[in-house]
Amino acid sequence: MARVVVDVMLKPEILDPQGQAVQRALPRLGFEGIADVRQGKRFELEVAGPVDDAALARIHEMAETFLANTVIEDFIVKVESEKAEKAEESK
Amino acid sequence: MTLKTLDTVKHASGTPEAEQPWKELGLKEDEYARIREILERRPTGAELAMYSVMWSEHCSYKSSKVHLKQFGEKAPANDAMLVGIGENAGVVDVGQGYAVTFKVESHNHPSYIEPYQGAATGVGGIVRDILAMGARPVAVVDPLRFGAADHPDTKRVLPGVVAGIGGYGNCLGLPNIGGEVVFDACYQGNPLVNAGCIGVMRHEDIHLAKASGPGNKVILYGARTGGDGIGGVSVLASETFESTGPAKRPAVQVGDPFQEKLLIECTLEIFREKLVAGIQDLGGAGLSCATSELASAGSGGMRVELDTVPLRDATLSPEEILMSESQERMCAVVEPDKVDRFMEICEKWDVIATVIGEVTEGERLEIFWHGEQIVDVPPRSVAHDGPVYHRPYARPDWQDALQADDANKLARPANSAELREQVLRLIASPNQASKAWITDQYDRFVQGNTVLAQPEDAGMVRIDEESNLGVAMATDGNGRYAKLDPYAGAQLALAEAYRNVAASGAKPLAISDCLNFGSPEDPAVMWQFAEATRGLADGCLQLGTPVTGGNVSLYNQTGETAIHPTPVVAVLGVIDDVNRRTPIAFKEEGQLLYLLGETREEFGGSAWSQVVHDHLGGLPPAVDLDREKLLGEILISASRDGMVDAAHDLSDGGLIQAVTESCLRGGNGARLVVPDGLDAFTFLLSESAGRAVVSVPRSEELRFTDMCGARGLPVTRIGVVDGDAIEIQGEFSVTLAELKDAHEGTIPALLA
Repeated sequence: MARVVVDVMLKPEILDPQGQAVQRALPRLGFEGIADVRQGKRFELEVAGPVDDAALARIHEMAETFLANTVIEDFIVKVESEKAEKAEESK
Repeated sequence: MTLKTLDTVKHASGTPEAEQPWKELGLKEDEYARIREILERRPTGAELAMYSVMWSEHCSYKSSKVHLKQFGEKAPANDAMLVGIGENAGVVDVGQGYAVTFKVESHNHPSYIEPYQGAATGVGGIVRDILAMGARPVAVVDPLRFGAADHPDTKRVLPGVVAGIGGYGNCLGLPNIGGEVVFDACYQGNPLVNAGCIGVMRHEDIHLAKASGPGNKVILYGARTGGDGIGGVSVLASETFESTGPAKRPAVQVGDPFQEKLLIECTLEIFREKLVAGIQDLGGAGLSCATSELASAGSGGMRVELDTVPLRDATLSPEEILMSESQERMCAVVEPDKVDRFMEICEKWDVIATVIGEVTEGERLEIFWHGEQIVDVPPRSVAHDGPVYHRPYARPDWQDALQADDANKLARPANSAELREQVLRLIASPNQASKAWITDQYDRFVQGNTVLAQPEDAGMVRIDEESNLGVAMATDGNGRYAKLDPYAGAQLALAEAYRNVAASGAKPLAISDCLNFGSPEDPAVMWQFAEATRGLADGCLQLGTPVTGGNVSLYNQTGETAIHPTPVVAVLGVIDDVNRRTPIAFKEEGQLLYLLGETREEFGGSAWSQVVHDHLGGLPPAVDLDREKLLGEILISASRDGMVDAAHDLSDGGLIQAVTESCLRGGNGARLVVPDGLDAFTFLLSESAGRAVVSVPRSEELRFTDMCGARGLPVTRIGVVDGDAIEIQGEFSVTLAELKDAHEGTIPALLA
């Protein structure tokens, strides 16, 4: 089964109060050197069936209309095969 | 980098023929020519940015100004008025050394694009307006208009708007004590999200937006400035300068209520220590507005080092910084020896504060970017002396036909069974149904001072714990009435809000308004606007309640179709002791029900004509403001002297709507008798103005009716609080359970 990941982030110019709260907390907890924090959402979609162009188009539409609020958010769709995931883990 | 192509004043003087995107920024050719005339050269990019936002309809009131003047010219003499139109918000004296400031504003367009954030930042903006006057915000209200309740887009917009209002207001810890929710297909592509706020202060704490005293520092404090809320400037940034940032900037702002809460507490502490000489919030048009308005209202000029503004996004161009509408920011003018203490307080509240400039001897607003001058303008020309249009207006040709289409001639229920069925349909219709599903999402009681909130006639908060002094507010506006007759419609909105406040036992003092209309370029819309403002000004003069300020929202239309003209009026009242308030609930069985005022056959624009016939035509109910005033005086006296236990104003939906609400609220039924001279249909469903229903303890009956008789107010005994059904004698009966299902089931079924 293939996994498709949709990463949703607030557009860069949009205020991110959560990210700012995290950033302010970091030095208090002793983590120095972080200039900015932006917080987003990650959706992991397990696709039943092949991840072909049609499936990706559906997922793109899904992201655009439901997973992301495109007035204030951007999203990226990534296909993640199991191999790629393992490679990621071993790094 | 923008530095390379920086359009300085010097550069602008040397390149008079450079093409400028004035058109894309929404300026008209003659407006651009006037800017060149004022400056005696072409404006720099930054100057063009400032003029374009400040001369926009939203900021300059260029189409509405000539009509709004009447609110000043016809203002009734009123000792309570401490600060009038022109400041961030008006201020009225409510006694015991307290002053109250209040205002209603619109956030219509942003709320359609992004309902949650649009509505949330609408609350944030109005709260900062109130704060900037020196007051602690104590309550908010939200008059809302949406498209048809069963339209799919309403299901997108409404829950977002409601959640945004609730989310922001609840986080601030401000009770939401009132407002309205109205559905009508005319708002489908253009919902109205108006937001009001009430603030309280001592007389000596009033602060004004002006920058005086050369050498005084200009401090920007609150959130960092980001690229949000930049509308037209993206054009400027992309067309005139090398485009380095994101191609398209959204016009939507995202708010942070916790930052706003810090800003409120920080600002109030700064006020307490008397550290500011002038203060202004940053809302529409951001820094352009704050710097030009502060400088314009003060005695001197102002010099600003724009590169000192703390940014969230380092790539912002100076034009974008000037136009950014990033939320939760304020601008203060502070004497040099008080700056250190100001900074200490900001630090304590974790609020970023930066000296960005100072008040100067001259008369110019000068803005610098890394040492180079990019703005050199007379501030008044930006903030106050914008264009003024005498837009053509004409009574639309369809108005006569609309008024001739008399609603009184519509088919009426043929028998009691049909009347019963129509009554049930009416009270279950989206506009007449209980809005608890919506208002329950707002915190109405936080801070512990709310004594009345939705679904009461008016919201009421206590402002002094010792004396129990309180203030009440009601907002009303009936677009259907205003469509039939804008002059009368505006007065009916005023009369209803006035009546609502009086019914709660508070004395109406002053008003704020939010005038929502279509495009001013349409002579028919402009006529509606002219008529409505004239009606409102005349009405305020007659009732003795001055307009303290407000907001105009134009261009509310989809394509060629404008919304109904929707003047929303907020009336503020004062009550000496909130324990004397009058609720709407019929709590005591056996109490007598009296109808105050006169009932005529008036169905034009009525809820009945909409629900049963989907009809809009004829004339709205007749207006008699002297009668409204008398009714108000009776209701207030009755409340103060304990002569009535409940009162409910009659408006859309007529008597049966009011009695249903009061019965359900109190958990008691009522037996009603149709008075002589009236038929049951007119008695239950007419929307004649100047009426209220009251519940009178038997021991007070004589005193109350004598008072009404002596003052010449028609009073009719219509029944008694009794049982667990509403029974119209000789007609029909409906149990409370059936009424409750009908009245309370509609909105959750549509939206939950």
